[in-house]
Amino acid sequence: MTASAATAVQPNDPPPEKVGIGGAAREYVDRVRGGDVGALPAVLGLAVLITVFAILRPVSFTNAFNFANLIHQAAAVIVIAMGLVFVLLLGEIDLSAGFTAGTAAAIMGIAATRNDWPWWAAVLACLATGAVVGTCIGLLVARLGIPSFVVTLAAFLGLQGVLLKLIGEGGTIPIRDDVLLAINNEDLPVWLGWALYAVTVGLFAAVLLRRYAGRRASGLPTQGMPVVLVKIGSVALLLGLATLFLSRERSRNPEAASIKGLPMVVLLLLVLLVVLTFLLSRTPFGRHVYAVGGNTEAARRAGINVWKVKLICFVISSSLAAVGGIMLASRDNSISPTTGGASTLLYAVGAAVIGGTSLFGGKGRVIDAILGGLVIAVIINGMGLLNQPSSVVFIVTGIVLLVAASVDALSRRRAASSGRV
Amino acid sequence: MSMPSTAAQPPPTNDPSPSPLLSLRAVNKSFGAVHVLHDVDFDAFSGQVTALVGDNGAGKSTLIKGIAGIYPFDSGSYDFEGRAVTVTGPKQASALGIEVVYQDLALCDNLDIVDNLFLGRELSKAGVLDEHTMERRAGETLAGLSVRTVKSIRQQVASLSGGQRQTVAIARSVLWNSRLVVLDEPTAALGVAQTEQVLKLVRRLADKGLAVVLISHNLNDVFEVADNIAVLYLGAMAAQVKAKDVNHSQVVELITAGRSGSPKDIR
Repeated sequence: MTASAATAVQPNDPPPEKVGIGGAAREYVDRVRGGDVGALPAVLGLAVLITVFAILRPVSFTNAFNFANLIHQAAAVIVIAMGLVFVLLLGEIDLSAGFTAGTAAAIMGIAATRNDWPWWAAVLACLATGAVVGTCIGLLVARLGIPSFVVTLAAFLGLQGVLLKLIGEGGTIPIRDDVLLAINNEDLPVWLGWALYAVTVGLFAAVLLRRYAGRRASGLPTQGMPVVLVKIGSVALLLGLATLFLSRERSRNPEAASIKGLPMVVLLLLVLLVVLTFLLSRTPFGRHVYAVGGNTEAARRAGINVWKVKLICFVISSSLAAVGGIMLASRDNSISPTTGGASTLLYAVGAAVIGGTSLFGGKGRVIDAILGGLVIAVIINGMGLLNQPSSVVFIVTGIVLLVAASVDALSRRRAASSGRV
Repeated sequence: MSMPSTAAQPPPTNDPSPSPLLSLRAVNKSFGAVHVLHDVDFDAFSGQVTALVGDNGAGKSTLIKGIAGIYPFDSGSYDFEGRAVTVTGPKQASALGIEVVYQDLALCDNLDIVDNLFLGRELSKAGVLDEHTMERRAGETLAGLSVRTVKSIRQQVASLSGGQRQTVAIARSVLWNSRLVVLDEPTAALGVAQTEQVLKLVRRLADKGLAVVLISHNLNDVFEVADNIAVLYLGAMAAQVKAKDVNHSQVVELITAGRSGSPKDIR
């Protein structure tokens, strides 16, 4: 290429700038001011909510038992929200994710309980159900061009019927398999929790340090070593405190049954977070998802197979909804015609949006689902401890979602005027 | 009278320059009953800017879409580097090294400059994006085009001015081993200073040895950068002449009437 050959002589022309901690902080403030708020509202909201509930219910809210309980409650919504992030990134919506979770869980229950399949086969059947639902929705949206709102609304109604048909009027399918029950009820041994902590922090540090070294070697600007170390240190500290807290004995009667250690579901959430974040930010497919959500026409002209990207996103969304279904079933020990119904889907959409994923497409991360899901779980959990009736819980959750959507819309407007999206 | 000779005549006869990179002869294109292009001849030369002008509806867009393979021509010959080629799809055009920068640019606002430059053709190692190489090559390409106006190549495209966006779109077209770049009205929405920047960039592309086809309504821009001017009038090539052989009003006559000078020059 002539252009690159001409300048290859002086590849280090703008010398790599070191920003430093002060510079990085200034840059971040600029970004937030410019409307790129990222995860800030969710983190602030989480901090405020935890502080408020901790003051109002100092004992019952802050104990380790409740903290673990909160994670179990949030897990299913978080996983469904992780899937929704992919669909929301395209600027589409999946209203059927809740009942996809319920239907897939029902298939798993029928396989495991009624037909005595081994747990892994039942889980595979569950995931396959999700993938099939996602393929149908994806084909209708991407190939026929029906708006995803309509397709998934139809799927929402249809799957509700399928779930009812599978389970039977007024019936439930109990879960008896030990492994399936353990997924969202049991805890890891304390030592394994700490091992997981070490691996997570080590992995995070390795990724950041490797990127830093790679950019230096290529002569590209870096953030500077102090910023990298501060990032690694704060993640290590926060996760360390959480692990320490959850490793404490939290049983009311430790002699009878000891409860301590990280909930097993945390391991699953971490694996999904790492794998899906890698998929979105480090692979060509992930880049194409953002491109389709940002400007479909530009993506098409750049040679990206737009309908294939859309199809894959819907399959991912529904498959993750199926994983969420496993967690719901595991938590409830059974599947009923309302599993995945009620407000499951709305909480999941709310989680993604509260976490910072835009409803307008093109902006969002997998971690958003975790942050937003925790915000919603804290509200539900805390309001429950305050003995508020569900009427109030619904109203408050609705307001929080509205606030999150307003932050999204306002930051978008701000971004448009300051030239960031 | 140093007048443009008439239509069907292939361009600069007294030209010592080598044979054209792209040469179209007697191409036709119809959309149903509408005959848009009539026996159009067109040449583009390496290292030269060829301006394609004409009034609205003259067939400029159809001609470049035919060159890009989006609407393949119905008949006529399409020669590239002196060899007859068939271009019936955008992929074949890109394989020849033909890139088109459309007026609406088609950039993703939510991605940064590097991402946009490599969109759809990301470099990866074992399925993982190779961000370092892409960022380095993007920096080298922009530096090679003497683009010094962007602060960071990791800033989002949404934060760029119109001229900078045009620059990114043009840089994307030369990042690959392109031979011929078609620019559709690159200065249409720009202010004076930015227009100047983009025109300089257009000139630099040609100086690097690329063949540049520039569509424009602004004759000042055309006379500033073009080596050749091709005028389409109602779907036929009214003339393709060297820019230094004609003046502003002659080109206006060609655009509006399809001819210039005395009646015997009628095509």
